[in-house]
Amino acid sequence: VENVRLLDRLSSRKVALGTLYLTATHVIFVENGSETRKETWVLHSQISSIEKQATTATGCPLLIRCKNFQVIQLVIPQERDCHDVYISLIRLARPVKYEELYCFSFNPKLDKEEREQGWKLVDLNEEYNRMGIPNNYWQISDVNRDYGVCDSYPTEVYVPKSATAHIIVGSSKFRSRRRFPALSYYCKDNNASICRSSQPLSGFSARCLEDEQMLQAIRKANPGSDFIYVVDTRPKLNAMANRAAGKGYENEDNYSNIKFQFIGIENIHVMRNSLQKMLEVCELKSPSMSDFLWGLENSGWLKHIKAIMDAGIFIAKAVAEEGVSVLVHCSDGWDRTAQVCSVASLLLDPYYRTMKGFMVLIEKDWVSFGHKFNHRYGNLDGDPKEISPVIDQFIECVWQLMEQFPCAFEFNERFLIHIQHHIYSCQFGNFLCNSQKERRELKIQERTYSLWDHLWKNRADYLNPLYRSDHSQTQGTLHPQMAPCNFLYKFWSGMYNRFEKGLHPRQSVTDYLMAVKEETQQLEEELEVLGERLANLQKSQLNGNKFKSRQQDRSKQSGLSTSNSLANTPQEYSNDLKSFPSRSPSQGDEEDSALILTQDNLKSSDPDLSANSDQESGVEDLSCRSSSGGGCLPSEDSGKDSDEAVFL
Amino acid sequence: MEFAELIKTPRADNVILHRPFYLAVEGTLCLTGHHLIFSSRRQDNAEELWLLHSNIDSIEKRFVGSLGTIIIKCKDLRIIQLDIPGMEECLNIASSIEALSTLDSVTLMYPFFYRPMFEIVEDGWRSFLPDEEFELLSSVTDEWRLSCINKEFSVCPSYPPVVIVPKSIDDEALRKVAMFRHGSRFPVLSYYHKKNGMVMMRSSQPLTGTNGRRCKEDEKLINATLRPGKRGYIIDTRSLNVAQQARAKGGGFEQEAHYPQWRRIHKCIERFNILQESLIKLVEACNDQSHNMDRWLSKLEASNWLTHIKEILTAACLAAQCIDREGASVLVHGTEGTDSTLQVTSLAQIILDPRCRTIRGFESLVVREWLQAGHPFQQRCAQSAYSNSKQKWEAPVFLLFLDCVWQILRQFPCSFEFNEQFLIMLFEHAYASQFGTFLGNNENERSKLKLPQKTMSLWSWVNRSEELSKFQNPLFEANSLVIWPSVAPQSLQLWEGVFLRWNRPSKFLDEAHEEMISIIKYNKELQAKVNALRRQLAEMETDDRMQENL
Repeated sequence: VENVRLLDRLSSRKVALGTLYLTATHVIFVENGSETRKETWVLHSQISSIEKQATTATGCPLLIRCKNFQVIQLVIPQERDCHDVYISLIRLARPVKYEELYCFSFNPKLDKEEREQGWKLVDLNEEYNRMGIPNNYWQISDVNRDYGVCDSYPTEVYVPKSATAHIIVGSSKFRSRRRFPALSYYCKDNNASICRSSQPLSGFSARCLEDEQMLQAIRKANPGSDFIYVVDTRPKLNAMANRAAGKGYENEDNYSNIKFQFIGIENIHVMRNSLQKMLEVCELKSPSMSDFLWGLENSGWLKHIKAIMDAGIFIAKAVAEEGVSVLVHCSDGWDRTAQVCSVASLLLDPYYRTMKGFMVLIEKDWVSFGHKFNHRYGNLDGDPKEISPVIDQFIECVWQLMEQFPCAFEFNERFLIHIQHHIYSCQFGNFLCNSQKERRELKIQERTYSLWDHLWKNRADYLNPLYRSDHSQTQGTLHPQMAPCNFLYKFWSGMYNRFEKGLHPRQSVTDYLMAVKEETQQLEEELEVLGERLANLQKSQLNGNKFKSRQQDRSKQSGLSTSNSLANTPQEYSNDLKSFPSRSPSQGDEEDSALILTQDNLKSSDPDLSANSDQESGVEDLSCRSSSGGGCLPSEDSGKDSDEAVFL
Repeated sequence: MEFAELIKTPRADNVILHRPFYLAVEGTLCLTGHHLIFSSRRQDNAEELWLLHSNIDSIEKRFVGSLGTIIIKCKDLRIIQLDIPGMEECLNIASSIEALSTLDSVTLMYPFFYRPMFEIVEDGWRSFLPDEEFELLSSVTDEWRLSCINKEFSVCPSYPPVVIVPKSIDDEALRKVAMFRHGSRFPVLSYYHKKNGMVMMRSSQPLTGTNGRRCKEDEKLINATLRPGKRGYIIDTRSLNVAQQARAKGGGFEQEAHYPQWRRIHKCIERFNILQESLIKLVEACNDQSHNMDRWLSKLEASNWLTHIKEILTAACLAAQCIDREGASVLVHGTEGTDSTLQVTSLAQIILDPRCRTIRGFESLVVREWLQAGHPFQQRCAQSAYSNSKQKWEAPVFLLFLDCVWQILRQFPCSFEFNEQFLIMLFEHAYASQFGTFLGNNENERSKLKLPQKTMSLWSWVNRSEELSKFQNPLFEANSLVIWPSVAPQSLQLWEGVFLRWNRPSKFLDEAHEEMISIIKYNKELQAKVNALRRQLAEMETDDRMQENL
C-alpha cells in the first residue's frame, strides 16, 4: 500500500510518508524519499492488537500495538486498503498452528552442526551437577520419563533420595495437574533447598500420606534444619477460595514440621490488567507529571513487582541465613512459583547473575518446568484471558535489582530487553509451546534455532562494563533493602517506553564504558606488541642488526591506535540502544528531517506572528501553543541534536 | 554578645548518637559557638561528627525519665538523634542549639570566624569578575557595553555595580527604564549565543499598571537587541492570569501594541511558599517509613516537586529553543526577576553553552546569574524542609535549579565536567557554610558586610586540585553541541542523591562509581604507557637509522 503515513506518537508534526508492505512474517514500512530509506519492521508475532479508528479527511488511521511495547500509528489513504490491511493483519497476527510461526522459516545461515551446538549451550543436567547434585540427599528420578506422571514437567526431575517412586506418584495425585514437589535450587553450602510444586488438593480436610512423606523427605534432605517453610505465593483469600474447589493449601497440623506462609502475589488476571493500565499511562500524549504518577500508582504495577521481589527475598533469606529449605507453590505452580523461585535463585547464587547463568535460570525455572509460554504470551491464537506478563515481571525484577546493585550482574539492560523481545517474537524455538513434552513432539530442536546461542555469540553487546567477577557485589547472596524501600522501585522507561527514544538519556554510561573497556583491551594488546618490539629492537641494536621492514610495521600500528582514539568520543555512544533485529537500523536521514522540521517551525510560527491583530486572543493562542507544544517540543528537538552529534 | 552566654552546658558525656544505617555510637558531645561536635571515645575507631549550627533546621526534644533525647533535623535533610543523660544537661543543650542555630545577625555567622586551614591559591572573590566576562563578549561582538550606572547601587539595589547593556542605550535612558521596571531591574544581558548572535536578556516586570503605562526607553532598549526585521520572544514566567492580576498592583506585562516586534509567551512557574510547601511534603514522603508502595507514589505526586521541575525545565528549553532554533532574541522575566527568571536564564545557558557544563563555567554561571543577579539567598535559604516558620520569602528556588541541572546531567552523563557531588555540595553551602559566598541577598548587601574582606570565598576552597578531584565527572568528554533534555514525565526522576541521601544505603552505588573511575583511570594509564613506548620506539629507530647512515 502506497502513500501511507507513519505518525510519531510524541508529536503530531513528525510524519513520515512511505509504503507499507505485508509479508508472510513482517509488516514493513519504508519511508519515501530520503537517500537512506528508513525502514520499520514489525514481526507479526509481536502484534498484540490492531485498532481501526474512524476515517478522517486525511485517511483511515490504523493503530498497531506490539507486545514489545512499540505502538505504531498509520494513516492509510483509502478506507478499502485500510480494511484489507486490517483483516490481513488480524489473521497474520493470530496464527493457529505452530508451523506458521517465524522460527520455522527463520534461517540464520547456520549449518546443522552449528544449530545442534547452539541447543547444547544450556544443559540442565550440567546445571544440577554444578549445584552438587546428585549427592547423598538428592537424586535424579526417571519417574516422569514418558511424561507419565506429570505432562507439564520435564522428564528428568530431581527429588530427595528418600522419596520413592511410590511417594512421588502418590504425592502427584494430591497436587493440581500432578505437579509434585521437585527441586529447583540446592545450596551446596548448607544443604538448604528450594522446591516447587502446585497446590495440594486438600479441600477442607483431605490428606495424603504420600504427600506428607514427600515434604518430610524434603526436610530430611536438609539435616541441619528441623523444619521447612511452605510458601504459598497467593493472597490468603485466593487460597481459601480454592479450598471450596477441592484444592487449597497445606494444613500445618497434618504436615509435621512445616511453617506455612502466605505471600500475596496477585493472579495473572490482575497482572494483565495492571500492565494494561500502566501502558495506557505510557501512551498518554504529553501527560503532566501528576497524570503520570497517578496513572502509575493506579496501575499498581510497581506494587506487584515489589510483592514478587519480597517473596524472593523472603525465600533467599530462609535459605541463606536460616539454612531452612523452602517449598514454593501457587495454584498450578507455573507462574508465580516460577517468578519467585527464579528471583530467589538470582539473589542466592552469583552464577545466575552471569550471562550464561541467567540463560540457565530461565531454562530451568521457566522453560523446563512448563511455564505456559504459548498461552501467556499469545504466540498462537488462543484465550485472551490466558495472556499475562508473568515473565515480563520477572525480567523487571532483575532490572530493579540491577539498579540497586550496579556491579552485580554480568549482563546489561539491553540483554534483558532483547530476551523480552524474543519471548514474544517466536524467532527462536526456545519459548514455543507450553511444556517440554509439546516441544519434543514438535521436534523444536531439529527445526528451529536457539536464542541462547544467538545471544551468546553477540555477548559483547550485552556485557555490563561495571561487572568484575572478583568484585564484592558479585560474591554470595545479594541483600536488597526490605524496608523502607518503596522508592527503590522505579518505572522502567527503557522497557515500557522503549521505542520512544526521545524519552531516554541521550548518552549511555554503559555504552561509553563498554567502548572504553574495548579500547583498554586494544591498548593492552598494543602494549604487549610494543613491549616485544622494544625488546627485540634492544636486542637487535646490541647485535647491530636492523630490519627496515620495521618502519612500515610501526606505521601500521599507529594507524590502529588513531582509530582507537577516535572511538573514544562521546558522540558515537549517544545512541543508547543498538539497532534491533526487527527494527531497521538505518536512521541516517534523521539530520535531514531535523532540518525540515525547523523550517516547518519557522513557517508555522510566522503566520502566527502576522495574524496577531487581535491582541489578547493572540496572546492566549500563543500560550496555548507553547504550553501544549512546549512540553514535547524540546523533547523531540533533543533527538535532533543528539543525532547531529552522531553525524557531525 | 558572647557565644559563651548561650552555652550553658558546653559538654556532655555518655551521649548516644543514632543515625540511619549506622550502629548507635556512644561519645562526648561538645557545643561551640558555631558547631555541635560529637566524638566517640573509642580508641580504635574514633569517630567525629561536626555539625554547623546554621545547618540545623529544627530541633525536637523528648524525655523518658531522666534520659533526654534530642532530634536534630538539618537543612541538608539529614536527621540525627542524640540521647543525653540528665534532664538539665539535655534542656541546656537543646536551648543552646536552638539559640545558636537561629542567630539573627549575619555578622555572627561562622564565615566571619572561619579561618581556612588550606593554602589559598586563588582568591575566589576575584575569580569571576564582570570585566572578564565582558572581555570575552567583546571579542565576538561590539554591540554591547559595560555600564557602571549602578556603581553605588543607586539605580537598582539588587543589581551588581556593573551590568552589560546594548551599546546604543545610554545611562540616562537606563535610569528611565529602571523607573519602569519592578525593583528597578531594567533589562540586562544574560547570555549571548555565539552561534547566531542571538541574546537572552532578563529583567523584572514592567510597571504598566491598569492604565497601560508605557516607557519609550524601555521599548527602545529591548528593541536594540533585535536584528533588523527580526522578532523576539518575551518569556513571562507567570501565567497570563497572574500577569494580568499584577497590573492591579502596578505591575504588568509588555503590551503588544507597544512592543509589536515581540511575541509574548506565558509559562507558569510557581513561587515562594508553594515551592517551600512542596519541598516539605516531598521530604516528608521520603522520610516515611511505611511499606506501602501506593502511598509513596501518591505522596510523591502530591508534593508536586517533579511538576515544578518539569515546568522550569520546559520554560528553559523553550527559551533555548527560541534562541537556537528560531534564531530569535529572548527577554525573560517574572515579577521581581530574582527567582523563576534566573532559573530559566541559567538553565537555558546550560542547554546552549558548553562552557556552562564545565566546573569553572558553572561556577561562573552561579556567580553571574544567581549571586550577582541578586537572587536573595539569605531569605530563600534561611530554612529548609523541616522549618515550621512558614515565612513567605523562604523557597527552595536554587535547589530546584540544581535539581533541574541534575536532570539534564542524568540525561547527558558524558557532557558535564562536574558530577552529582558538585551539585550536592552547592546545595549544602547555599544553606549552611563556612564560606561567605552565599551570605546576603545581593551584591549591595555583600559589599556592606565587606564579605570579600572578612570571609573566605567558597570558590577559593573548591578550585583547588584536592577538592576538584572529588567533583570531576570521569565520563566527561567535551560536547560542543546544544543539549536538549527531555521533559516528559518518564524522563524526570527524583533526585535521590539529595532526597534519599540519608534514607538509603549508598554502598552499592558508591562501589559502582568507584568501579567506573577505575575503569577510566586504567584506560588513561594504558594510553600514557602506550604513548611513552611508542615514543621510545620511535627514538630508538631514529637512532638506529642514524647509526646506519653513519
